[in-house]
Amino acid sequence: MDFLTLLQVLDTSVRLATPLLLACLAGLYSERSGVVDIGLEGKMLAAAFFSAAAAYYSGNAWVGMLAGIGASVALATVHGLASITFRGNQLISGVAINFLAAGMTVLVAQSWFKQGGRTPSLTGSARFGPIELPFAIGPSDAEAAGRPLSRMIAEAGPLQQFYSELISGHSILVYLALLTVPLTWWLLFRTRFGLRLRAVGENPAAVDTAGVSVVWLRYSAVLICGVLCGIAGAYLSTALQAGFVKDMTAGRGFIALAALIFAKWRPVYALWSCLLFGLFQALELRPDIITNLTGFEVQIQLLGALPYILTVVILAGFIGKAIPPKASAEPYIKER
Amino acid sequence: MDKMPKWADIVLIPLISLFLAAFFSALVILAIGESPIEALKLMIDGALMRSSGWGYTLYYATNFLFTGLAVSVAFHARLFNIGGEGQAMIGGLGVALVCLYVPWPHWSLAILGASVGAACFGALWALIPAYLQAKRGSHIVITTIMFNFIAAALLNYVLVELLRPVGAMDPASAKFAAATHLPSFQDMFSTAETPMFRGAPANVTFFLALAACVFVWVLIWRTRLGYEIRAFGQSETGAKYAGISPVKITVVAMLISGGLAGMMSVNTTMGETERLILNSTEGAGFIGIAVALMGRNHPFGVFLAAILFGFLYQGGAELALWTSIPRELIVVIQALVILFTGALDNMVREPVEKIFIAMRRRNT
Amino acid sequence: MTAPAIELKGISKAFGPVQANKDISISVQPGTIHGIIGENGAGKSTLMSILYGFYKADAGEIFIKGEKTLIPDSQAAIKAGIGMVFQHFKLVENFTVLENIILGAEDGAMLSTSLGKARKELKHLAEEYGLNIDPDAVIENLSVGHQQRVEILKALYRKAEILILDEPTGVLTPAEADQLFRILDRLREEGKTIVLITHKLREIMDTTDTVSVMRRGEMTATVKTADTSPEELAELMVGRKVLLRVDKVAATPKETVLDIKGLRVIDEKGVERVKGIDLHVRAGEILGIAGVAGNGQSELLEVLGGFAHGTGVIEVNGAEIPLTGHGADGQARRAAGISHVPEDRQREGLIMEYSAWENTVFGYHRDPAIQNGILMDNAGIQAEAQEKMDRFDVRPPNPKLAAKNFSGGNQQKIVLAREIERNPDLLLIGQPTRGVDIGAIEFIHEQIVKLRDQGKAILLVSVELEEIMSLSDRVAVMFDGHIMGERDPAQTNERELGLLMAGITDTSAVADSGDGASEEALNDG
Repeated sequence: MDFLTLLQVLDTSVRLATPLLLACLAGLYSERSGVVDIGLEGKMLAAAFFSAAAAYYSGNAWVGMLAGIGASVALATVHGLASITFRGNQLISGVAINFLAAGMTVLVAQSWFKQGGRTPSLTGSARFGPIELPFAIGPSDAEAAGRPLSRMIAEAGPLQQFYSELISGHSILVYLALLTVPLTWWLLFRTRFGLRLRAVGENPAAVDTAGVSVVWLRYSAVLICGVLCGIAGAYLSTALQAGFVKDMTAGRGFIALAALIFAKWRPVYALWSCLLFGLFQALELRPDIITNLTGFEVQIQLLGALPYILTVVILAGFIGKAIPPKASAEPYIKER
Repeated sequence: MDKMPKWADIVLIPLISLFLAAFFSALVILAIGESPIEALKLMIDGALMRSSGWGYTLYYATNFLFTGLAVSVAFHARLFNIGGEGQAMIGGLGVALVCLYVPWPHWSLAILGASVGAACFGALWALIPAYLQAKRGSHIVITTIMFNFIAAALLNYVLVELLRPVGAMDPASAKFAAATHLPSFQDMFSTAETPMFRGAPANVTFFLALAACVFVWVLIWRTRLGYEIRAFGQSETGAKYAGISPVKITVVAMLISGGLAGMMSVNTTMGETERLILNSTEGAGFIGIAVALMGRNHPFGVFLAAILFGFLYQGGAELALWTSIPRELIVVIQALVILFTGALDNMVREPVEKIFIAMRRRNT
Repeated sequence: MTAPAIELKGISKAFGPVQANKDISISVQPGTIHGIIGENGAGKSTLMSILYGFYKADAGEIFIKGEKTLIPDSQAAIKAGIGMVFQHFKLVENFTVLENIILGAEDGAMLSTSLGKARKELKHLAEEYGLNIDPDAVIENLSVGHQQRVEILKALYRKAEILILDEPTGVLTPAEADQLFRILDRLREEGKTIVLITHKLREIMDTTDTVSVMRRGEMTATVKTADTSPEELAELMVGRKVLLRVDKVAATPKETVLDIKGLRVIDEKGVERVKGIDLHVRAGEILGIAGVAGNGQSELLEVLGGFAHGTGVIEVNGAEIPLTGHGADGQARRAAGISHVPEDRQREGLIMEYSAWENTVFGYHRDPAIQNGILMDNAGIQAEAQEKMDRFDVRPPNPKLAAKNFSGGNQQKIVLAREIERNPDLLLIGQPTRGVDIGAIEFIHEQIVKLRDQGKAILLVSVELEEIMSLSDRVAVMFDGHIMGERDPAQTNERELGLLMAGITDTSAVADSGDGASEEALNDG
């Protein structure tokens, strides 16, 4: 495999890792506060639809994203009501939210667009286009030179190849997602909010007796989770793809959950695990590369299951122990 | 004293939750510009007013009976088995292998063989998450979710690479032998002059599902094992004191749960498609969660809830046929049922409890 | 005259039908250690939870430093200068000491400034009050005593002027408890007001300036500690002296039923709880194990009952029983003729959601006698349950009622009926009357003695010294996983046993040298 092919695969990995990363960090906030969220998938799906729909009507991808965030936050509020206010079963609530989103998106899509549960294709400013970083070879250079972009990159030096192919040319949401990692780390480990958030996921009674509201903290975590899932969904339908199709999250919410466990609920590890799972997905699209590399044919179906298998192995404690926040999934009931 | 009478707990609360789910579903139908009343009429018409409609309703109900029972058995041991979908898929593989590679002389033997195959494969698929929960504390909800995806990948692989007949294009196994054909309701109940259940997929597996209800009822409320499963589900410390092994109960309850989920495939794979296809479960494993929650984990409740969901499923298909409301309406209703009967239980329960306490106070 | 640090006027609080606090008024002077003493369930903790904003009082007023103060939540309590050290610590276990201390009391949104300031402040506090602790240590690696110190520091960091400690020594070793009291003395010298909630007379006598006594939700008296005696306080605590003496004839012990040699138990956290003990119980006698909670008695019972593992040799009726692996479970123990009334009936002895009749076979549900083929003989079990409940006077005598709907005493009777009627060779019984009303206590004690008189061996564990004294034929005292000694209840007194329970074996020397010496000995323990 040549260097450029490697760069292409990595480039695809980054694109595919982005929604995983956003959802994974979303889950991180929620679970760090002690609210388990298996409804990442549903929130992402709802956001994907409403982003695409709003972007289609407004012609503006940002407006689309706001609508997506709105939808995702609405579902997050339902989860908050169920798991914080009414102290219900967080897992069951997550399951319900996934189905609610799966059903509602198709129902509304059919009602609005009558295209069998999808939105019309998005074009122009209704999508988040790639951003050309300075000095990178991008489509505009290709246009100016009147030559195919791929050839121009192929002829460039390795450093320029690396920069133009892998670093440059992503949608703004990719860079935003990557920025969210250090931001989350900083928020979690360097601020008062982060300290309280981590504390409430470990021992809500400690936070309560210290005079801080457990309910408020958990709601804010759940809402942040909603916002990030909203961005993840918007990315799927308005950046990665050009419109919404039925069930387009395709289990990404659960891979994100797997990545979160794999990352042991830490933001920087989350980046690495999402990139790894993104790489798996990229390789699924290019089985020829693995065949070239290893000399035998790899079953792509089985490759797709790798994140899940890895997560089970991690959960079983065979590679390091994944210990979730102590108060996970437990509603807080005041007692002396 | 209990905060409210038992009948309120097992009848009133689920009814209120169901009403709430129905109310919000109606709102959704209104919002997409259709009439809920018309929709309900259509659903009743299509699912209940003709015998063929019933044939579909009961076919779906059969699936939900198995998966609903599967979820309830695990719930009794306070285990949340979200893996019914994957267990049913792998159960289908068991059915297919039994039907493809054993030369059955008669369907009555074949259904027994297929049930054993389905149950064993489904149970096997539940075994690993169960073992990991019992021995290593890996959260069973997460592992069973993961096992759903792994099952889908595995089934895809097996169908594409191993079971697909040479030259065939779609990922499916070969057709099963004719001897394994299960009598459908049409075969069983039609007479020369009055055809019944025409074209409907409901088949003899429905009675197998009813037998499974009785089996689960006897198991949970009449046997030592059921006694131990419920005790463990209520109090793990208590179970330890009584010498009930948490590892054993976790594994056994999940094996039974997985086996029941797997047996759903007898209905779909053997009773309907007569070959193994990629997506034969169609989310029935998940509907089992709604069915179990609504049925309060009691086989009779599960039976009623399964019929209700069978009706919704068939009615939803009718709606999709005659109106612009897509089948996904059912998924929304299912989600609302899970939400209100499961996650928001306290929202419904607390006001009702307060009313009962207030009434009692006034009476004394 | 200065205003009292805390003044409560007419505080009442009910939980459903239970009146936890009845019209309580109390006044705590600043710069003193004020003890609140009472039996379990007397309402002490409820009162303090009201003061800390955890519960809202149904009636009454709170004055802090003479000013009427509303305390709707913990935040308000902290603002009013109240700090609370709970019985179960409220610490984040994987946080450092410093992080725990600033939690909820941070300066600004950035942690670095808060942590820096807290580090300095902590050093200052450590010097001022002798509360040395490594600010960067992670809580889960600290001993219980040090964790408690963090709780105190947390309160002081929040500028608490009033410090409430709820049963602070329940989990401490005597040495740690001693250190704690030295710290409290120091705090008092610095002008802090301390409220000490306990049910231990000795702590009250040793450390407090004033003591209030609570009984069944009411404040029965407030006296200067110097003007009272343990005897007087005890009487105030329990009210009219309840006659706990049980009518029983002298025991006629026969052959040894239970023989324990070199038993060691290591708990899940890897802490050795039972450190090599030898004990034996004979048929027809009651061996009482006295001791402060948490000194290995629970683990002893758990190993005997088959739900914890241990090493050593245990023989029942001359046959060794396995302590680990296969055969070391509750089923095997029951088969070996051991019945067990566990310490915690709600978590262990009963399934609270099960009906009474289902509970009457709990643990014996595999008995072939109650099976009907592959099914359980539910009708038979119900009929038998009805008889058992009648015989043990369980009220209401309705086998179909869920266990959670019975009172504590009646729940205990259900457990007792189940275990005694199995006709065991050996009965293990832990805290038989914890949370049980007076009437039921008498009945339960009678049943235990009756079983002894039928020639059964009984191992009794209780933290109630009086219960041990009145029921046992022999008393062994456990301290820190060891048996400190064995006494004949007729030949000993509570004082001697109390010293043994505190880990002091040389009781004769102490007894000879009078009061002052004994207190000193206690402090050195």
